[in-house]
Amino acid sequence: MDWTMWIEWGIKSVILILILLGGFAYLTLFERKVLARFQVRIGPNRTGPWGLLQPIADAVKLIFKEEFTPAQAQKVIFVLAPIITVVPAIVVAAVIPWGGNVTVFGRQVSLYIADLNVGMLFITAVTSIAVYGITLAGWSSNNKYALMGGLRASAQMISYELALGFSFVTVIILAGSMRMIDIVEAQRTMWFAVIQPAGAFIFLIATLAEVNRAPFDMPEAEQELTAGYHVEYSGMKFALFFMAEYIKMIVISAIAVTLFFGGYLGPDITQLPFIGQYLIWLAPWMGLVYMFIKVVALLFIMVWVRATLPRIRYDRLMAFGWKVLLPLSLALAFISAVGVLLAQDVNPALIWLVPVVSIIAGFVTIGLVDRSLRRKIYAAR
Amino acid sequence: MRLVEPFVELMTGLMTTMKMLVTEKPVTIQYPEEKRPVKPRFRGRHVLKRYDNGLEKCIGCALCAAACPADAIFVEASENTDAQRFSPGDRYASTYEINMLRCIYCGFCEDACPTEAIVLGDNYELSFTHRRQAVYDKSMLIEVLAAGASSTPQVTEPGKFTRSVPEMKDPQD
Repeated sequence: MDWTMWIEWGIKSVILILILLGGFAYLTLFERKVLARFQVRIGPNRTGPWGLLQPIADAVKLIFKEEFTPAQAQKVIFVLAPIITVVPAIVVAAVIPWGGNVTVFGRQVSLYIADLNVGMLFITAVTSIAVYGITLAGWSSNNKYALMGGLRASAQMISYELALGFSFVTVIILAGSMRMIDIVEAQRTMWFAVIQPAGAFIFLIATLAEVNRAPFDMPEAEQELTAGYHVEYSGMKFALFFMAEYIKMIVISAIAVTLFFGGYLGPDITQLPFIGQYLIWLAPWMGLVYMFIKVVALLFIMVWVRATLPRIRYDRLMAFGWKVLLPLSLALAFISAVGVLLAQDVNPALIWLVPVVSIIAGFVTIGLVDRSLRRKIYAAR
Repeated sequence: MRLVEPFVELMTGLMTTMKMLVTEKPVTIQYPEEKRPVKPRFRGRHVLKRYDNGLEKCIGCALCAAACPADAIFVEASENTDAQRFSPGDRYASTYEINMLRCIYCGFCEDACPTEAIVLGDNYELSFTHRRQAVYDKSMLIEVLAAGASSTPQVTEPGKFTRSVPEMKDPQD
């Protein structure tokens, strides 16, 4: 451990934080633009060409807005809550591999900050802390809507963390490791989204609930809770919540890419005809490009879902998390484990039992949910 | 038991929005640069009309002020003379003010006017930075002079403009 390592870590951390903050700013613009096109509108286009300066205008507005603290609020916690929400969202990004190894000024540099051997555990542990921020924000505001939002957020995030955790487990079983690099490298032949499609689907649903996105945005439902846990926040403190939500979106998309969609792996550009041999210097950097493309694709899906699906009712949200996603993800973990065992001991081709059986399990679950819902409709008549 | 249908329904919903994204052009109108024409019977800001020769149609009868449910109109009449003629007949509106903050754009003034002098136009871009600016006086409401017409007051020959209310057809619209 020499001193250059510390400098390298410092530089990489600063760059990563800057990228996440810039990414947050432009993700808001991306979301508004894409959502507008889904709704046959144009979206922001007044500030700069194609509205590209809109995030800067938003930031300036939020910074110069009055910061208001309710007289009855718990002042210390009220100030701390946004920070507690933002910091875990950024810290999680440390273990995500954004690319392989590259050479910068003759020095071998890895495009990730921390190569933890329990990376997955780190992710689950740190993302859970964000719940505290939201719950404390709801409680310290001393506002009934904020408290309701905070309670809903904590209940929802804890419930969906189970399904999320079990889809982590399926990946860990398939990769045989908790290290993020190992998980990515295990997908060199085949993405885990192909081997465990139902698991990837559950993961995407649970992430939507984890980051409080539509259709699971009950904690900040404008129509019933005015704004949920951040109703009393304004100015920069509100901006921090906003930032936390969007950074969590980016980070959790990056996690989804790493776990299920092959991470930074992609086509080898040195194999391209004619120009391939001139691109050898570029090849290690392509990991960043593939990662970027995949993350943007997942973010697009999040916006797409928001543009399509209405908000789910709160009791159904909890029932869905506990009665559908949790048993299904348990079953998927079991199926993956059996599949991996069979592939190791009997025949490697048997790994293809996993996608088949898990898809069947997924559809059976859908059928059961549909049937129980229908029974309720009949009972109501 | 329906296994696949609920999933298909979900995907149908997603494809519906995706179709909007791919096939539909934005319907946005870039407002200040690009304006949508108003409907023929739109009731916008009032205009005080003139005759072709430039004389004002308003004769200061204050029927509009009487008809106004919001009490937004104030009219004060003065006498016309042949040396200083503003409108046909005996009297003209020396003061004509509409408080645009009170006005509800009901169009009763238009209906009440015996000379079709006050008409609700197509201007909806009213904005004020001060209460006093919301009171539109006669100079702001009166129609711009047509080419060749002379401004008021005019010097007219005696006995020509004795009739206040002109001959009119029944309203068409």
